[in-house]
Amino acid sequence: MALISDRTSMGPISRAPIVAPGHTPSTVTDQISAVVLAKTPRWWFPAFAVAFAMLNVFLISVGYLFLKGIGIWGINTPVMWGWDIVNFVWWVGIGHAGTLISAVLLLLRQQWRTSINRFAEAMTIFAVVCAGTFPLIHVGRPWLAYWLFPYPNTMNVWPQFRSPLAWDVFAVSTYATISIVFWYIGMVPDFGTMRDRAQLPFAKWAYGLLSLGWRGSTRHWIRYETASLLLAGLSTPLVLSVHTVISFDFAVAALAGWHTTIFPPYFVAGAVYSGFAMVITLAIPIRKFYHLEDLVTLRHLDNMAKVMLATGSIVGYGYGMEVFMSWYSASHWEFFMMWNRMFGPMGWAYWILIATNLAIPLTTLWSRKLRVNVTYLFILSFIINTGMWFERFVIVVTSLYRDYLPSSWGTYRATKWDYMIYVGTMGLFTTLFLLFVRFLPMIPMSEVRMMLPQTKVRPIGPDSESAIEETV
Amino acid sequence: MPPREGIYGLIAEFNTPSELVHATQQARSAGYRRMECYTPYPVEEAAEALHFHKNRVPLLCLLGGVMGVTTAYLMETWINVWAYPLNIAGRPLFSWPAFIIPAYEWTILFAGLSAAFGMIALNGLPQLYHPVFNAPNFRNGATTDKFFLCLEATDPKFSLTETRTFLEQFPAVSVVEVDH
Repeated sequence: MALISDRTSMGPISRAPIVAPGHTPSTVTDQISAVVLAKTPRWWFPAFAVAFAMLNVFLISVGYLFLKGIGIWGINTPVMWGWDIVNFVWWVGIGHAGTLISAVLLLLRQQWRTSINRFAEAMTIFAVVCAGTFPLIHVGRPWLAYWLFPYPNTMNVWPQFRSPLAWDVFAVSTYATISIVFWYIGMVPDFGTMRDRAQLPFAKWAYGLLSLGWRGSTRHWIRYETASLLLAGLSTPLVLSVHTVISFDFAVAALAGWHTTIFPPYFVAGAVYSGFAMVITLAIPIRKFYHLEDLVTLRHLDNMAKVMLATGSIVGYGYGMEVFMSWYSASHWEFFMMWNRMFGPMGWAYWILIATNLAIPLTTLWSRKLRVNVTYLFILSFIINTGMWFERFVIVVTSLYRDYLPSSWGTYRATKWDYMIYVGTMGLFTTLFLLFVRFLPMIPMSEVRMMLPQTKVRPIGPDSESAIEETV
Repeated sequence: MPPREGIYGLIAEFNTPSELVHATQQARSAGYRRMECYTPYPVEEAAEALHFHKNRVPLLCLLGGVMGVTTAYLMETWINVWAYPLNIAGRPLFSWPAFIIPAYEWTILFAGLSAAFGMIALNGLPQLYHPVFNAPNFRNGATTDKFFLCLEATDPKFSLTETRTFLEQFPAVSVVEVDH
């Protein structure tokens, strides 16, 4: 079975199957539900311990931040947006691949997405949780963060809807809500399966409640499929709008390096690029540790690498266009901003970005051999996410620290608290993800069953012989 | 309301979706109407065989979307023009293009929530108890790899013996009574 899933290199006509042959609905159900219902694998505990320790770093540093205020960060007067906004944009971007896989690829009938869509959606939600933390702790008085929402209050103060920051509140909160709903709705039939297979009384009870009493009635399935399709159709414009709105936070400001119309498409492409890198970072260890090579095959990795190649090229075009426009605009400040970005005191960040985001991935991903090389892809996924982090750092910091007036120039240096909070959100993300793979079915069982060849309906009746021959 | 005494119906278990669809078609042409298929994944042909076409999820989704866009746009206009007018760099109070963005997000939010919760409500969920769970073989297969057809006792054509004979002509694994 494992050998056949290696047939990625055979070209589009004899592609490797999405599910390795030999599987039946009951074997895929057994394999996927066993991940949750069997005993916790031994590697899970040390992994969880590390993640949980990192989560505590987050809690401690955020606790200290609440005591002292945002002065403990490296932000200062010209650079008022520092790592917090860099991390916010980075995490939201990572989340985008999950929605892309679950919604856009569903609409495009890319069946290979099925095996990876559940944990990609989980990744989205956990990444949005990490992302959402940053604007909240950045506001300075996070206990008043609900002031961001329009609600009748005794102060008679309301949000100002011409501001991109107000748009952001609507975009990110909608994104989080719809992602959670889509994810949960997708799991309802699988919770039914888990309820029927669980042995422990508590597990039966918990999965039973979560399944809402799902019984697989055909009328239910038809409405369910319609609702899933509608949610996919709604998530597609949503995911494009979220990073567009985030790019407006920059593009609407009149600052050289930010005020550019190319930001929305280039932010969305960058988001998908980093998100697919994160899916690869997560998928490779999971398929290995849980022996899911039959379900998450090399074809999945190959396809994801191709998506990264495409979106990485769009990002590369974006970088090129930025450089071109700073020259073509004939604006002194635009020109200086780009010179400063490349050769100024923080020029190193720009060249790290070019190396990790463009030079390494966009030269190697053309090779099919490297695209199905699991070790290489795993390393590359980290390289790309480093690059995407530096992209946001370059946009945020190097545009801010030397703006129009040389007398107000400054510099920026992150403090240990910036580092701790960033590492801490990785702990938050990993902790949530490890809990997810332990307690929830991480591959959608009902959808994988549907992809198996024996699940097609063949007519039975007087003229069944001819009908079967036609389908064969 | 179905009578509480007596049985809920007869349920036949099949190994393949094709057998299920065939049996459902036959039951329909034999005159049965109150029946339901239970499958581990969506089988559209079974819905065809049941003549189930009334799906109001898209309508709910549309209504939700219209409600979202109206609510958000009117709210923004009311807030920024009447409730709390602010002069931001001389821009008009009714900055209609800027208001599109939150309205767009709320269109999606309301439409998505209406589709999801509308689907759950139309399905009558959450419903943790249902008679079909009483069939001894139901939970072993209905959510894994078996296909069930339940002919319900409330159907005027239902008769315990005749319906059982009718179901047993198909290659069903078993035909069992479902208690309330």
